[in-house]
Amino acid sequence: MLTRRTTLKTGLLSGLALPALSRAVRAADPIKIGMTQPLTGVVAASGNYVANGAKIAVDVLNRAGGVLGAPIQLVLEDNKSNPREAVAAVEKLVLRDRVPALIGAWSSTFTLAILPKLMEYKVPMVVETSSAARITTSGNPYVFRIAPTSEMEAIGFAELVDKYSPAIRKIDFLSVNNDFGRGATEKYGAILGAKGIPTGRVETMTPEATDLSAQLTALRQSDGDTVFVTTGVEQLTLAMRQAIEQRLNKRIVSTGGSFPDALIHQPLPGGARSDHVLFYAPWFPEQALHPELARAYTEEWNKHGWEFAGLTEGFRGYDAVLTVAEAIRLAGRAESEAIREAMWKVNIPGVNGNIRFQKEGPAGRESGQNQPNVYIVRLADGKTSLV
Amino acid sequence: MDQALQHLVNGTVLGGTYALLGIGLTLIFGVMRVVNFTHGELYAFGAYMAYGLVALLRLDFYLSLLLAALLGAALGAVIERVLLRPLRGADIDSVMLAMIGAALVIQNAQMWAWGGVAKLVPSPFAGTPLILGPVSVLPLRLFVFGVACALLLGFWLMLERTRAGIALRATFQDPETAALMGVRVGLVGTATFAIGSGLAAAAGALLGPVFMVSPTMGDLVGLKAFAIVILGGLGNLPGAVIGGFALGYVEEFGGGFLSTEYRDAFGFLLIILVLALRPQGLVALKERVG
Repeated sequence: MLTRRTTLKTGLLSGLALPALSRAVRAADPIKIGMTQPLTGVVAASGNYVANGAKIAVDVLNRAGGVLGAPIQLVLEDNKSNPREAVAAVEKLVLRDRVPALIGAWSSTFTLAILPKLMEYKVPMVVETSSAARITTSGNPYVFRIAPTSEMEAIGFAELVDKYSPAIRKIDFLSVNNDFGRGATEKYGAILGAKGIPTGRVETMTPEATDLSAQLTALRQSDGDTVFVTTGVEQLTLAMRQAIEQRLNKRIVSTGGSFPDALIHQPLPGGARSDHVLFYAPWFPEQALHPELARAYTEEWNKHGWEFAGLTEGFRGYDAVLTVAEAIRLAGRAESEAIREAMWKVNIPGVNGNIRFQKEGPAGRESGQNQPNVYIVRLADGKTSLV
Repeated sequence: MDQALQHLVNGTVLGGTYALLGIGLTLIFGVMRVVNFTHGELYAFGAYMAYGLVALLRLDFYLSLLLAALLGAALGAVIERVLLRPLRGADIDSVMLAMIGAALVIQNAQMWAWGGVAKLVPSPFAGTPLILGPVSVLPLRLFVFGVACALLLGFWLMLERTRAGIALRATFQDPETAALMGVRVGLVGTATFAIGSGLAAAAGALLGPVFMVSPTMGDLVGLKAFAIVILGGLGNLPGAVIGGFALGYVEEFGGGFLSTEYRDAFGFLLIILVLALRPQGLVALKERVG
């Protein structure tokens, strides 16, 4: 146990807090990190999971002495699953709370709404979830994304596609009608198309929609064998339950890291199974690139008694806080421009894997993009397994 | 053809619940001339009560649905006595603002009490669908449709066959004359708001187990309830039922055969059409003479 803790201190914190520990203990103003997530509204489950992950990362870092000798304070603002509210949240975090760095904002639509404000206020933001390509290709040098793009996800999935038996021959899509859903449809369609798997029917749904019977009945008419579903946890759960009602006897694959955790406790009938493209599989921490770090994160989460399946999204907040804290440490001061420059030097282990940024976008105005790992988890009869 | 039959069944089941939603809203408008902006929140309240009673207190599912509807009616009665009664005679803007405020308070209170993460309400019904030839439907959906129809029928019988119903209809048609005839118009107002709220809460309690329960679940539902009422004609009870089924079919067939992307838009397109061609709604109220 002692050995593992020692390993954790070196591996998990990666020098974030150890220099601070060596200093004399002194009272210091906390260093603020701003975060906006959908804590309420249609994708609230995911937002709360990510926020919880961020909170435990702050606890872990502060227990080890904080960063630059000061504790970290997470300032969390609800964007209410609404892009306008996301912009208002960032205005409040920057202008009133004076945060030097941000984390946000879950959905690509919310994040894209925020991007001009980052340029206006010159505050860097770690994007923990959003997958739309435009976020890192539009020439915003204040964006540093640790989440994979839809294209990275699709490439990761395509590498495993040959493992499927019976083989995937034709795909359909059921996607939320926003940047997240449309981006995933486009990239998965293109990349699997290049592997000789054509796209059949594409159906969309508004983020608020609860009755998906029309979409699912329409999908039933397609001769595709696999339906890719891209949306938040709540709507994904609804889609999977209603797919049974509409007799959509096709393989279901969800993208974007959403996992229908409620279906572990209330499994779908008839042995229905589904596959989920995730970026952390908490049921199998030993499969993570840094198992000790993954286990430590999982243990911290479980100590709070939070829903276990929330770990699949909570790691995003955890890794995002580790990233910002490391950039602050490397910058030597909690100032936005210094943190932005230091982001390029970040190279730390995270729950998903190694975090370091590569340049993406127009020359001179590049955004940072990390190369995360992808896992496919199968859910059948309330039990999970790795594909 | 198989697809059309499935859409027909889906649209009918959806329409039944829409009718239930619309009738509570139009009843309150018809009797009290109050645009009830809390309708969607009362729907969410009913769903949360069902969740709390079934999942947390482990009460019987059917008893929980009944209690959730009654609690919704009680909340409606409180809103009427505390908020609307003092505003009787006030201009329509003040009443509307008060109702919008109440809606915000209820939604945020639910957010505070239950958190933002959606909940699943357990139900005793099998998750496998009943299959009738090319058509499939969940037993739970059939139950919801059956209860919605029973509530609509019970409500109609109450209106037509009871003294309370006569008093309600009299107030609906002419409150001043009803008061002169000895009807306690104040009590009718409280009862009307309680019944309308109870119907909204019943819809929420019934649909909570079908969908998921979240604090903002009433937003879209509230909007649709207004669409149903406008379709059927404001304050028109049979119109709300017809409007509910019309919206269910338009959404289902429009989404299934034209574009799911614009599924919600089809309902509102229908409203534009109805307002342009028949501004009084699909079912016209008889004009009062004299």
